[in-house]
Amino acid sequence: MTIPASTIARDDAAVAFDGVSKHFPASGESVAFTALNNVSLTVARGSITGIIGRSGAGKSTLIRLVNGLEKPSSGKVRVDGVDVGALDEGGLRNLRRSVGMIFQHFNVLSSRTVFGNVALPLEISGMDRRAIEARVRPLLDLVGLADKHGRYPAELSGGQKQRIGIARALATEPKLLLSDEATSALDPETTQSILELLKRINAELGLTVLLITHEMEVVKAVTSDVAVIDKGEIVERGHTFDVFTHPKHATTQALLSGLPGSKLPEAIARGLKPAAAPGDRVVVRLTFFGAAAERPLISQLIQSIGAEVNIIAGTIDEIGGKPYGSLVVAYGADPETVEKAERFFSENGLVTEVLGYVA
Amino acid sequence: MSPDLLLLIGKATLDTLRMVAIAGFIGALIGLPIGIFLATSGKGELFPAPNVNRATGLIVNATRSTPFIILVVAIIPFTRLVTGTSIGTKAAIVPLTIATIPFFARLVEAAIRDVDKGLIEAARAMGATPMQIVFKVLLAEARPALTLALTMTIVSLIGYSAMVGAVGGGGLGDLGIRYGYQRFMPDVMLIVVIVLIVLVQLVQSAGDRLARRFDKRSRKT
Repeated sequence: MTIPASTIARDDAAVAFDGVSKHFPASGESVAFTALNNVSLTVARGSITGIIGRSGAGKSTLIRLVNGLEKPSSGKVRVDGVDVGALDEGGLRNLRRSVGMIFQHFNVLSSRTVFGNVALPLEISGMDRRAIEARVRPLLDLVGLADKHGRYPAELSGGQKQRIGIARALATEPKLLLSDEATSALDPETTQSILELLKRINAELGLTVLLITHEMEVVKAVTSDVAVIDKGEIVERGHTFDVFTHPKHATTQALLSGLPGSKLPEAIARGLKPAAAPGDRVVVRLTFFGAAAERPLISQLIQSIGAEVNIIAGTIDEIGGKPYGSLVVAYGADPETVEKAERFFSENGLVTEVLGYVA
Repeated sequence: MSPDLLLLIGKATLDTLRMVAIAGFIGALIGLPIGIFLATSGKGELFPAPNVNRATGLIVNATRSTPFIILVVAIIPFTRLVTGTSIGTKAAIVPLTIATIPFFARLVEAAIRDVDKGLIEAARAMGATPMQIVFKVLLAEARPALTLALTMTIVSLIGYSAMVGAVGGGGLGDLGIRYGYQRFMPDVMLIVVIVLIVLVQLVQSAGDRLARRFDKRSRKT
């Protein structure tokens, strides 16, 4: 038996959007608008792929196309090679039982206990009581809610409610998890713990995760791949590290500017001049990746140029699992120092950008 | 007060309870699915049928806006068809039931519409059928509100049941009018009013307590 090459290639993607558009016709007081315009995108199996955009960019619509909660106006959405648009109601229900979804506002039932909430998708799929029991217990362990199984959601915190949501989404043992702004209603600390959990699930269960968010922090913390969506179109995509370190599109740059360490302190930014006067210092942004991020660069820089170096802003971080650093430094703008510094940068393979001059 | 009168009051109370119980039971049984339908059959909802939805809403409104005393008289032929008579406690149950159905249906509709739309979306994302969503999500989540709706319906029914006394319906209202009003027996009138107040109080507090027990939304300590 031979398998056509196209099937294999397509099989590689957990989700594939193929020229997908979505228009909402005018109804009542709302005017017609285009939520998605000719979007093509693949989500690699086993990846954590992020789709980031501002609110209203179309990301909610995009993620709802995957499990058929919305239907595309044109184009195709394939999940594991299956054309979602071609499924009837029964087929769609079967697909949904193999795709988990978590929500911004958790959407857990207040009338059911923690256990009852996680059991719900299994009851819906017609599983018997004993099998449900056997399936739910280990899931509650996985998300750290084993001791809360008889509690009601009202007695739990937001982070714990989202853990119910995650356990519930995993109950039917899906291969794909959709996350709709799952951490947007949580505080930063809880966000981190939920993201850690998603990462662990991805690694341990080999689950593909497709998440949408408006927070760069989320993309930076967990995703391996990212697509930036703006006004219904994908404007940039690639490995998260590459997109973060070399953002090309204005929307990406704007979204990134909110991250700590990427902005100059207000007082410095105001004092920047485009040209140097005698005695001024030059302000330079250094970007370094991989091994360079772990070396004592600044002390080496000071040694090699033999002058004082001010650190103005900076961050050392991890993006998509790779170390990444960004430092803004200032040193004497005299030709001798500048030349020595430039030699040092090129010897060490650092990316530099002159931001301006200060007195 | 004579033992005969006390016996009369006792019998009238039982008549009222019987009318309220039967009309409440049948009315709620029919009103519940109608209310669910009203709440789920709009455009883009679980059982989209906007035209039937509008028509049902129209009938419900028409029945609700007809003054009860007129409804009682207007459906006498129907009442006679069902019970074989147009006077007495048995006959009174028919208009009481008819009045209960739209009243309860509207309350059910409001209770169901109050359920967070996100829960419906979550259930759809799990692959639930519309029927599963109704039973496992909507009815379960609306249970406290539905309990209060039923309580309010029964309280209204007790009031309505006193009105059917005016057309020979039997029960406490009938007793109050015939003895308290027409025979100038203010003590009978007083007792009738007190019994009605006690009935309403009992129903309301039982309903409140049950609804609180069903309600898991507030943090219990």
